[in-house]
Amino acid sequence: MKKIITVSAATAFLLGASVMAVAEIKSLRGDLPLDAKPKPPAKARVISQTGGFKRAWKQQPPLIPHRIDKERITLNENSCLRCHAPDTYKAEKAPMISRTHFADPQNPSDANLMRNRWFCNQCHVPQVEADPLVENVFGR
Amino acid sequence: MSTEDFEGSRPGVFRRVWKYLANAVLLTGIVLGVVLWGGFNWAMEATNNEAFCISCHEMKNNVYEEYTETIHYMNRSGVRATCADCHVPKEWIHKVVRKIQASRELYHKVMGTISTREKFLERRPELALRVWKSMKATDSRECRNCHGEMYMDFEKQTERAAERHEEAFDKGMTCIDCHKGIAHQLPRGWKELAKKNGLMPTATEE
Repeated sequence: MKKIITVSAATAFLLGASVMAVAEIKSLRGDLPLDAKPKPPAKARVISQTGGFKRAWKQQPPLIPHRIDKERITLNENSCLRCHAPDTYKAEKAPMISRTHFADPQNPSDANLMRNRWFCNQCHVPQVEADPLVENVFGR
Repeated sequence: MSTEDFEGSRPGVFRRVWKYLANAVLLTGIVLGVVLWGGFNWAMEATNNEAFCISCHEMKNNVYEEYTETIHYMNRSGVRATCADCHVPKEWIHKVVRKIQASRELYHKVMGTISTREKFLERRPELALRVWKSMKATDSRECRNCHGEMYMDFEKQTERAAERHEEAFDKGMTCIDCHKGIAHQLPRGWKELAKKNGLMPTATEE
């Protein structure tokens, strides 16, 4: 009997503590109950700027300075290559895919673009005009 | 003998029957004409329907599914271009020609030429090339049903788009020269395929 009382007292204490903790903690989602819908975050526009973004550190994959929502990368086609391929970048005034991404860096072509570099947006991403949710303390 | 002699006299049997027949023929002709012409146009419209196009699984599971991800299917204003808007000409004579050509699609449906995704992908270079060639030959007529060259506001386009469009129009290029695969995915090796057939824009060196 004593044991039961002790256990239930401890449980009650813990429950009370966790309720207090819940009231204090506010996640990025807000302190809404799970079944309530939070206000959707403001829509962010993709930044489009001529000349691209400066790299934040030396080996950062260059960021994409334009929208990519109409681009399509599948097993059979990669629409980024319309402009950024070795045979089209001059006409399109676009930067060429890095030579490091080709099996034969001296003679880069669509055919010898390495397949592990095929999905551009695994590393290269566009940026949106968004207020940072938390402070960024990244330094060079 | 004056004309008065005929007044009040009934026309002969032959004339009466002829008049009756003529009226009957005329009436039937009008009714038949309305029904047949209406039916013909109805059939033309019915087979231009998106629902009709995707009643075939070949269309529904391949080209249509790809198209649903593109701007001609869904966009901010809800103005759409469905299958027939791009693939069936609007002008009557070209439309009828295209409809007759479509009979070969029925043949291949029966033969199951592209009945699986694999078969379809294998055939895709040939199919894509055919559309590119016909678009090139008609100066992208179906694109131009909506996209008027004279009504393009370069000011509202991005800098690079305006620049490229102006250059292309000056050179007398046509939409399909650059805008391939805007509503469907492209075949593997599409660039080489297009180059081989002289369907790629030539780069302008500075």
